[in-house]
Amino acid sequence: MTVDPVFQRPSPLLQVRGITHRYGHHIGCRDVGFDLYPGEVLGIVGESGSGKTTLLKCISGQMEPSEGSVEYQTRDAGLIDLFRMSEARRRLLMRTDWGIVYQNPRDGLRMRVSAGANVGERLMAIGDRHYGHIRSEAVDWLERVEMDIGRIDDMPHTFSGGMQQRLQIARNLVTKPRLVFMDEPTSGLDVSVQARLLDLIRGLVRTLGIACVIVTHDLGVVRLLSHRLMVMKGGSVVESGLTDQVLDDPQHPYTQLLVSSILPV
Amino acid sequence: MTAFDDTVMLHAQGLAKHFVLHNQGGVKIDVFDNVEFTARQGECVILAGPSGSGKSTLLRSLYANYKPQAGSIFVRHGASWVDLCSAQPYQILEIRRDTLGYVSQFLRVIPRVATLDLVTEPLIGQGLTEGAARERAATILTRLRIPEALWSLPPATFSGGEQQRVNIAMTFVQDYPILLLDEPTASLDTENCQTVIDLINEAKARGAAVIGIFHDADVRGAVGTRFYDVAETRQAA
Ligand SMILES: Nc1ncnc2c1ncn2[C@@H]1O[C@H](COP(=O)(O)OP(=O)(O)OP(=O)(O)O)[C@@H](O)[C@H]1O
Ligand SMILES: Nc1ncnc2c1ncn2[C@@H]1O[C@H](COP(=O)(O)OP(=O)(O)OP(=O)(O)O)[C@@H](O)[C@H]1O
Ligand SMILES: [Mg+2]
Ligand SMILES: [Mg+2]
Repeated sequence: MTVDPVFQRPSPLLQVRGITHRYGHHIGCRDVGFDLYPGEVLGIVGESGSGKTTLLKCISGQMEPSEGSVEYQTRDAGLIDLFRMSEARRRLLMRTDWGIVYQNPRDGLRMRVSAGANVGERLMAIGDRHYGHIRSEAVDWLERVEMDIGRIDDMPHTFSGGMQQRLQIARNLVTKPRLVFMDEPTSGLDVSVQARLLDLIRGLVRTLGIACVIVTHDLGVVRLLSHRLMVMKGGSVVESGLTDQVLDDPQHPYTQLLVSSILPV
Repeated sequence: MTAFDDTVMLHAQGLAKHFVLHNQGGVKIDVFDNVEFTARQGECVILAGPSGSGKSTLLRSLYANYKPQAGSIFVRHGASWVDLCSAQPYQILEIRRDTLGYVSQFLRVIPRVATLDLVTEPLIGQGLTEGAARERAATILTRLRIPEALWSLPPATFSGGEQQRVNIAMTFVQDYPILLLDEPTASLDTENCQTVIDLINEAKARGAAVIGIFHDADVRGAVGTRFYDVAETRQAA
């Protein structure tokens, strides 16, 4: 029996093949490949040192992998390998089409300029020169991440960790990226602050239809946010698939351990 | 083209499922083997068998929440057929959005979201305006006797029966072509149980295929078209 071809398979936004990264003789991650589709949220989980951050840095163009390719669906010229395009083009992509939310807000924010300027300068970087427009967009985004507009001229270091993460998210989303990378966006925050931030991220990702790769060690986070899940151990992907399937019917011994260790006994 | 006639909505064949508990000495639990059955428009197939025979496991497999080791699950999705066992995650999510409704035995929802929003949300992806979606959500919540005072609250603090009715509302607010129901009436009083029976029969009348697990003999009698015995499949294993 044959099954009809049903779905107009959309073109992947990101096509990752055979990514291996070595730090000297030490393996950071090994032979990772996947496709990410527009609007899709991919979660990456695994124990500390399993290669999640290494992989994220490679696929987001922050670090060239030892082997493998990362191709991105550009708006004008189809799939292009990140590490074959010019440095200038890659930087432009990272400023316009992508966002990167770091675990430590200090890595993603400019600590010496105001909250409003942190958001506004991203618009200036893509050529917006109209001060009034930049200001109103900044206000709009600070409101969308539920920040107090009265603090628009304050410096990020005067904000709490949760507020800094909100600001980082506003700074990243103001340019309407198609793809956002997040490395442990909620860790290091109070549980209640984490919950609010997660609700916010979920709402934004859904309403804006942004594709997203989220690295976390928190299975609750991926259950809430991600459509699809990859489980890493020792630098390799040991299991991947639909999030609820991987979490409810884990096949690999390591995934089973990971899932059982968070269940209430 | 496929060999199925126009009334077939879902067809499972050669379906096998076991669990290997790697961290408990690699114990292997054989649940079923060679499951084959068809669900057609307008009928309700009752999965039968003693406790632990694999009824819920089969239903979860039909929703692609569990991963069978072998076999196929062909689902009519719009004008096409898809094998859930080999579909991509994004395809499965699309099928769950439009074609497959599933009522789990216990409510598991996005935390901190108000009940009315939980019931409304899936409709907004279906091209309904927010107002129309809210109206439909309100209608089904009313029909299932969820007091309006609870609508703005997340269901985490609701009673077992209320949670189960929210669970049912979240699925029945949409007209899914295929419904998978795991003990939807288990914790309900007579009145609410009758409402769920009515909902199931209305779904059958509009042409949905229903596959369900029901322990209660009265409910079985009121909704069931025929039985599929999950325990019998193991004899073949
Ligand atoms: N700059 C580096 N130089 C040398 N080794 C590194 C470097 N960065 C990471 N590693 C090593 O590569 C492996 C993978 O590290 P990585 O940071 O990707 O892990 P991770 O999964 O993100 O862990 P965590 O959950 O703790 O953040 C680890 O063994 C780590 O020690
Ligand atoms: N995620 C899982 N991991 C391991 N074993 C499982 C899992 N889910 C179900 N099982 C096992 O599969 C077998 C069938 O369970 P299932 O829940 O499908 O039975 P059931 O027929 O629905 O029973 P009941 O009538 O009591 O609900 C049981 O032995 C159960 O322990
Ligand atoms: Mg890391
Ligand atoms: Mg059961």
